[in-house]
Formats: sequence, C-alpha cells, structure tokens
Amino acid sequence: MTDSNLETAAHPEKLRRVAIDPVSRVEGHGKVTLLLDENDHVHQVRLHIVEFRGFEKFIQGRPYWEAPVMVQRLCGICPVSHNLAASKAMDMIVGATLTPTAEKVRRLMHYGQILQSHALHFFHLSSPDLLFGFDSDVSKRNIVGIAAAYPDIARQGVLLRKFGQEVIRVTSGKRIHGTGSVPGGVNKNVSVEERNYLLKDIKQIISWCSDSVRIAQQLFEQNLDTYNDFGSFKSHTLNLIRADGAMDLYHGGLRARDMDGNDLFDHYDYAHYWDVIFEDVKPWSYMKFPFLRSLGPETGWYRVGPLTRVTQCDFIPTPMAEQARREFMAFNGGSAAKATLGFHWARMIEMLHAAELIEELLHDADLQGNDLVNLGQRQERGVGVIEAPRGTLIHHYKVDEHDQIVRCNLIVSTTHNNQAMNEAIRQVARQYIDGRKLTEGLLNHIEVAIRAFDPCLSCATHALGKMPLEVELLDCEGASVSTLTRSADGTFS
Amino acid sequence: MAAPILIIAIGNESRGDDALAPLLLRQIDRWLVNKARAEQFELIEEFQLQIEHAMDMVGRELILFIDAGMDTPAPFSFYRIEPNHVRTLFSHALTPEAVIATYGQLYQQCSPPAFVLCVKGEKFDLGSPLSSQAQQNMVLVMGFMEELLHKPRPLAWEERCTQH
Repeated sequence: MTDSNLETAAHPEKLRRVAIDPVSRVEGHGKVTLLLDENDHVHQVRLHIVEFRGFEKFIQGRPYWEAPVMVQRLCGICPVSHNLAASKAMDMIVGATLTPTAEKVRRLMHYGQILQSHALHFFHLSSPDLLFGFDSDVSKRNIVGIAAAYPDIARQGVLLRKFGQEVIRVTSGKRIHGTGSVPGGVNKNVSVEERNYLLKDIKQIISWCSDSVRIAQQLFEQNLDTYNDFGSFKSHTLNLIRADGAMDLYHGGLRARDMDGNDLFDHYDYAHYWDVIFEDVKPWSYMKFPFLRSLGPETGWYRVGPLTRVTQCDFIPTPMAEQARREFMAFNGGSAAKATLGFHWARMIEMLHAAELIEELLHDADLQGNDLVNLGQRQERGVGVIEAPRGTLIHHYKVDEHDQIVRCNLIVSTTHNNQAMNEAIRQVARQYIDGRKLTEGLLNHIEVAIRAFDPCLSCATHALGKMPLEVELLDCEGASVSTLTRSADGTFS
Repeated sequence: MAAPILIIAIGNESRGDDALAPLLLRQIDRWLVNKARAEQFELIEEFQLQIEHAMDMVGRELILFIDAGMDTPAPFSFYRIEPNHVRTLFSHALTPEAVIATYGQLYQQCSPPAFVLCVKGEKFDLGSPLSSQAQQNMVLVMGFMEELLHKPRPLAWEERCTQH
C-alpha cells in the first residue's frame, strides 16, 4: 500500500479505476472512485458529488419571505431543517426576537424532524448492514430483509418515523411544503386537540427510542473490534452548544475543538461564522471543503453530526438521554466516542433526546399561545444555523432594499463532513480493500462508512427509472475492462 | 373512515419535469370537485415515497401512485404493481413496489390493489420549468386519467394497463 493520504495518486496513469456509482442508500447521488495497481493495492480514494446543487443561484431574486418555503424543495429528506435554518436567518432580516410560542412550536417541529430522520436512517438504511453484516447476502441487505428477519424492529422503525412526521404535520400545517415557520415566528400554534393527539403515543415512542439505544449499544458490544476500528480517524469537531454547555439542536453558539479535545473557539456567535469557517474547493468535486480558518485548508477540516454533538456537549438536558450519553462516553474506555460506527449509537441517543423533548414541550402551555410573530428593525443580512439531523446547517442571505435576496450561501451538514467522509473511506480502503480482490461485499464496506454519516448528497428528484448501481473497471488508458451491474432483483451481473 | 381510493403523487415542483405528478394531482383534484366525487378519493402529494406511506394504505380499496419517469415509455405508462422487496436497495426513497411490500410486512396481508401511472419527463434540473414535451404528455395523461376516475375499480383499471 502507498504511504500517501490516498487523496491523489502519484502516477494515476498506471492505475486502474473502480467506481461505485451511485453510492446506494444515501440521499442523492454520490460516487466513489478507487485507483488500484496491478496487485490490487489502493493508491487513491475519493468521494465525489455527482450533482451540482445550484440552489444559491436559484433563490436569488426571490422575495425574502419566500425563502423558508422555497428551501424546503432542496431536499426530500430534511426539508424541515432547511425551513428552520432559513426562518432563523429571516428572523435576523426582520429584526425579530421570537415569542415563547413561536420558538417552542419551531423547536417541536425540529425535534419531530430529528426523530423521524434518525429513525429512518437507523432502522431502514443502516440496520441491514448492522444486523446482517457488511458483506452479507446482498438480496437480504435492505429494509424488507429486516422486516422479514426482525419484524418488531422494522415495525417500530415505521411507527417512529410516522410519529415524527405527524409532529411535523401538526406544527407546520402540512405534510410537505409546510408554511408554519415564517420570518419572525410561526403562523399557527398547536391546539389542545393536536397536543392531545400527539400525547397519546409519546410514552410508547420514548420507550421504543430507549430500546433503540440498547440495540445500537448491543451491536457495538457484539462486534467490538470491528466497530472500534472500522473507518475510524481523528478529527476536529464543530457543533452548536447552549450557553451552559448543554446539547441544543435548535440554537446556540459555535463550539470547535481540535482532535485532542482542546477548545479552538466556544460559544462563538454564528452571525459571523465566516470569520472562523471558510470553504475550499477541489477540482475533482462539486462539493466544497469547509475548514477552520485558524488551521487552514489542509488540516482545518472537521466533523459534524450526532457523534460530534453527543461527545462534545457537556451534558444532555433530558434525563434518559443524558444517562445514555454517560454510558456511551464511558463504554470500553471511551472507544465508541472515537469510532466512525459510534455515529449510530450517538444517533439513537439523540433520537431519545428528541422524544423526551417532544413530551416536555407537549406539556408546555405556551404551545397554545396566540402571540405568534414579532418584527423589529429590518436588517440587510441574516444568518440562521441549526443542528440538523446530519449536523450543523448554515443558511446565509443578503437582502436588498427591494426585499429581494441578492446573495445566498448554504453550508449543509454533508458539506461540513465532506473531508471527514473522505478520510473514513480511505481508512476503510486501507483496512479492507488494499491488496484484495474486489467483491461486492468489500465495496459495500466503503458504503457502510459513508452511510455512518447519513449523508444527504443534494438531490430531491427521484424519477422512476433512475438509480442504477454500476461498478466499472477501467484500464490505465481509461478503457472499460469490465462492468458489474446490480440489477433490480439485487443480483450482480 | 379512510376514503376508498388513495392517489399519491410524487415529485418536486422545483425540479423541472419532476413537477408532473404534483401538477397532475391538482388537475385531478379540480376534476373530482367539479364532478362531486371528491369524497371517494384522498389525494396526497409527496417529495418521495417512504416507509410510512404503507400506513396511508390501510382501509383502501384501490391505490394509484403517480410519478414522473426518466427513460420510460412516452407519453405515459400505466400498470398494476406487485410487492417487490429488492428495489429498495438504491436510495432513501422507496419505489411504489417497495411501499406495498412494506405494507405486507407491517400488516401481514396483501396490500389493496395498486397501480402506477408513470408520465415521461425529459428535464429534471433545479429551477427548470416543465419541458414542452412534458406539457404535451400532461394533456394526454389527463384525458386518460379522467377515464380511470370514471371507473375506479381494479378490473376496469387492469383493462386500461399499457406496456411498460
């Protein structure tokens, strides 16, 4: 194996190329390429983003109040995250300080989103790998294979997801294109009937979330050596944090720590995020590579998301999730907190936290308040940051005197994790691919590492007939040597 | 009580011809209101199909999924679907076949009869309007849709199935 960092091979012209295109069971379309020599040693590994999002241009010229609704069309999986981040940015534009009712309705919506997204990811996108094995029979390694072998788990996953979606529907007014969150507040409260509708199931939901934490823990315990090492690497971290150091998924200051856990900055006002975060570009990817300015583009990359949030907060402000966090941090001398596959366990802790918060909020009478919108002095710029299911999400807008958006910059969670995902798959390539004959099972190890981050690679279109999976072998001249295609029935030919 | 017929339209209006299904659903809605048939139908618009849509199918007699297609027959195809597990491999989003398979796993029974109406699209770029070809397909498919709505029964719909 080469000693390089595997980002760029020294002599790519002599190597053969393997592409995993697109990466399956992640949102949107990604592609992984590996360059191998004649002895199957790995010289280069890259995660590419195939589709250019282009949303920042799309939104220019629109009136600012449209942004919270328009941005929901960015993504079919996490529209609520974009809706809330844009709403927070527009709160700054209209100079608003939210009323208690507005903030609590938005928080309830956000926790519903966290719950449904984490449930979908764990039960239906990752559990096939985790329960059956990374190189198990590909025809079973999917959601319905889980339903056949573990029917209770599959059913709980569906019902958890459905409950989260119902929280979103109640708070946003619709199943999709919700208009509940608006610049300066919300346009509806939660009625007593709606509250009671959600309350009747919440105890069961919390119980299932608690069970899910145990499942994630057991999977780690049962495969300790693999889980400790699989695609693991050291990185800096970035997340929002509440003023008292608690996990807060909706609002807070920015906390960045280096790979040894030392503070780089803490409680930093995100309204000036560009003073501490910058974005690098690389010629081989449409996705930018954010980095911490103080460390520079080469070494300043970082990791966001559930693993970062659970390990970098001082505590979680709900009792069951806090107990789970303590057990997670103490497990096996802290090994899960450093492992890429620790993402799954951390994600379930956050799901439990979200369920506890939903119950807490449902008992809060402010949800039925009628003071919904607050406006202040109009501003030119607005920045909104939340902790979306996949990690820190930044929306930044500039609005002119005609109320039109003239500039927009989004740094989505998956972009923050761009370099981290590349590091994870390079580590997996070193551990599992290097020097071996490629099989579908080995290639799936690469995908398992990517899926741990739950990336959302930008695409919200899903027309029928799309989404093949093809692995192509090319010779050093770029000519196709052989092609491996995964067909609709899951077999390779 | 659930309406006996469920129509789910899947698409993102901001992505060119991916808007075909949502736009068609609105035409269907107007048609049903004009014909005083709306109470028989529930119409759902979604970006993507997901596991919880299996729960929307409970208590129905007939289900129709409408979606735009790439590289699919023009101007549209219409066919009955059966549960298919393995096509769930490829994305967060499920196929209609996978949703009815999930229904079977959840409720331990066959799903209600389910059909797909797939309207061919050409361009799916962010911010693009509906392509001219998609607009033409839309006119043709609405005429076909009205025939389906006049006789919303599995056997009648099977007789209208096209090759796909």
